[in-house]
Amino acid sequence: MPPNPLRNPYWRFLVAGFRGQSAYPLATFAGLVANATFGLLKGGIMGAAVDSSGGELAGYSAATMAAFVWLGQGMLGSVNFWGGSALQDRIRTGDVAVDFLRPVSVQAAHVLTDVGKGLFALLPRGLPSVVIGVLVSHMALPGDPATLALGLVSLLLGIAVSHATVYLVSVAGLWLVETRGVAVLYMAVSGFFAGLYTPVYLYPDWLLAITLATPFPAMMQLPVDVLSGRVTGWAAGQHLTVQLGWLVAVLVAGHLATRAGRRRLEVQGG
Amino acid sequence: MSDVSGNVIETEGLTRVFTGRPERGSRLRRTRHVAVDHLDLTVVAGESVGYIGANGAGKSTTIKMLVGILVPTSGSVRTVGLHPLKERRALARRVGVVFGQRSQLWWDLPVRESFSILAAIHGLSAADERARTAELVEMLEMGAYLGTPVRQLSLGQRMRAEVAAALLHRPELLVLDEPTIGLDVLSKQRLREFLVAQRREHGTTLLLTTHDMGDVERLCERVLVVDHGRLAFDGMLAGLARTVGARRELVLDLATPGPDLTDVPGTEHVRSESDGLRQRLAFDPQRTTAARVLAAVAERAEVVDLSIVEPDIEDVVREIYRATR
Amino acid sequence: MADRLRAYRAVLASRARSQASYRTSFRLDLVGAVLVGVIELAEIWVLYSATDEIGGLTLAQVLLVFGVADLAFSLADLVAGHCDKLPVYVRAGTLDVFFLRPQPILAQLVTSDLSLRRIGRCLVGATALAVGLALNDVAWGLGAVGLLMLAVLSGFVIFTAQFVTAAGLQFFLVNGAEMTNAFVYGGRYAATQPATVWPRALLVVFGTIFPVAFAAYLPVSTLLGTRGVAGLPAWLGWCAPVAALWAVVVAAACWRWGLRHYRGAGG
Repeated sequence: MPPNPLRNPYWRFLVAGFRGQSAYPLATFAGLVANATFGLLKGGIMGAAVDSSGGELAGYSAATMAAFVWLGQGMLGSVNFWGGSALQDRIRTGDVAVDFLRPVSVQAAHVLTDVGKGLFALLPRGLPSVVIGVLVSHMALPGDPATLALGLVSLLLGIAVSHATVYLVSVAGLWLVETRGVAVLYMAVSGFFAGLYTPVYLYPDWLLAITLATPFPAMMQLPVDVLSGRVTGWAAGQHLTVQLGWLVAVLVAGHLATRAGRRRLEVQGG
Repeated sequence: MSDVSGNVIETEGLTRVFTGRPERGSRLRRTRHVAVDHLDLTVVAGESVGYIGANGAGKSTTIKMLVGILVPTSGSVRTVGLHPLKERRALARRVGVVFGQRSQLWWDLPVRESFSILAAIHGLSAADERARTAELVEMLEMGAYLGTPVRQLSLGQRMRAEVAAALLHRPELLVLDEPTIGLDVLSKQRLREFLVAQRREHGTTLLLTTHDMGDVERLCERVLVVDHGRLAFDGMLAGLARTVGARRELVLDLATPGPDLTDVPGTEHVRSESDGLRQRLAFDPQRTTAARVLAAVAERAEVVDLSIVEPDIEDVVREIYRATR
Repeated sequence: MADRLRAYRAVLASRARSQASYRTSFRLDLVGAVLVGVIELAEIWVLYSATDEIGGLTLAQVLLVFGVADLAFSLADLVAGHCDKLPVYVRAGTLDVFFLRPQPILAQLVTSDLSLRRIGRCLVGATALAVGLALNDVAWGLGAVGLLMLAVLSGFVIFTAQFVTAAGLQFFLVNGAEMTNAFVYGGRYAATQPATVWPRALLVVFGTIFPVAFAAYLPVSTLLGTRGVAGLPAWLGWCAPVAALWAVVVAAACWRWGLRHYRGAGG
């Protein structure tokens, strides 16, 4: 008899994360209001920047810049740029010991739950952001189903890279006494390198080189590029390959860190 | 005295209605819940009043209206002669409140520092602050942990500090909302002794809500029982005992099985278990004492172990509710 | 009065001491705050370097706007930044305890905390302001100094008022407290920008209802003599105190309204 996929624990983690978010409609709406206000402000300044450089800035037109702003705002609820996580709290309180007793991968459980949350956020926060963007600006939209499909895969990869990276930060708490510093650093730089405020292509060459050597662009800049149709075809494929590469890298690093941390937990008794 | 009439608390037709949103998904109209229903209450200076009732009977709502946190839907309320809403700040200078579940103290600061901040808040002079703190620290035996941050205190220690914090400015009225909840026997005992002494020395009026019959018996002369926002009983503690028979039960484990102890003076045999190896005797603490009962039992059988079961306040309240409906 | 000040001093001094006792965490937060500020400056530098000017301001000019706005906001955040965490106070029962003390509730809320780590942000703002002043050709004189001081002071009052407004509204929005971020943190973000680039709707919101345009952009425009928003007079920057007064009125009204709701009267 084939195993029932609905009984698979990892599928359940993903669904639990997805469903857990639907309980707070007012909070979600509040987040959307704040999100939209920031989008309007960001759209204003970025649009003015494109205008003042003659309608084209670092390869962005008014339409693709608006797409950059509103797709980015829409992704904010789905990716994690503040560096905190449920796992961090569980490590601090020692509850993580319970997680290690379960016959499932701690890494998969936490990353999948967070990805589930991130996917859910696309409905009440992501889609409305795009709708608002379309209403207030002439933002570029994917022109054909193939671009859209590639864009959605890129979006999923971006969300996964983000939460797998935060997992890596959190799990460091298994052997660092003070993880606050790592989280603070993460919060400060992740948005900047991911292209949350301005497209990373505006950065001077040396800064762009540093930026592209981190996993952060794979979380937002690259999916927004693909979704907005700024890159298509072969170039879009390259974007996805880079994202996949980073996902594998941070997952492997997270796996090794979990193993090392677990051994430490066993040796020191928590 | 607080005002001309000498009433520390005076309410007339005090009513509070909560309108809540219906549950999500249901299409019902807004729900209406009458938490306090035309409550007429008078507490005279120097009295010690226990305010009891089942959960949700309206105790906390009443207290919140007495101290100005909540606005009455209708009716009037005067506390120490003041209007709690319009004269909240004047009221705060003359009333002390301890909420068993929420803290007055600064979580991450040493106890001493919390007292010092509160002294400043209530405008105590430096000399007065020193004298009053020293007095409370001595009476409540807090000297050992004055320098400890509040978050590291045991519940018993914290509760004593909370009571001291509420009394620092020598209020005329002390309101205690579940002061002994979760405390161990010794901590309860200590706190009660202190409150009795405090009343004796300063004549502080006491209003306390509690789930602990021991609190009521040791601290209160007068008892108010509230049911669905209405007063179901208002009278002396002795009267309450008469109404519901606030008896205690002495549980005795005997060395050998024996006949039922039906002839012990001042008691009533409740039942026997294991062929009379364990026997339960009920007695009225107003008429005899546990020691006297025990002595009488010892003449009849050898007692190996014993315990006293206090009446559950929920039982008392239920009795009252039954009697008044 | 002296008594009241003594109480505030006692609370604030003890807050400061307790924060300093967690050395590592305090330093980390301080460094983090500076880092976030520096990165925000980097954004501005990247954006304005890619073009000559945006919304009528050059990089040097916008540095001055950013400096005034960020300094004013950081000072307000230092003093009143915890006010928009009102639901936390409500849940912990701290707010009920405030009712039991003889000081105004709002005064107790404001003085209940002082986040010294936010000093880091003040440093970033002050540095940007100093650099901005050095880079721009300011016609120094009594008027210029007065206008600058007026701007920072009014900005401080406006942002403090926004925090209090947020607290007042959060009595109603317990589960949706994030909504006030739109004008508190959105307002801060807006204040660091030239108002000329805002969409019409936001010009109304941040020019009149939550008047953060008066916190930095308008006074700096008056100071530098740049052409501001079309159709508005050049002396508008001098009206910053009027905007601040208005913000205080709005904040007081929201706070009273919220408190009435909490006590269960009306609402």
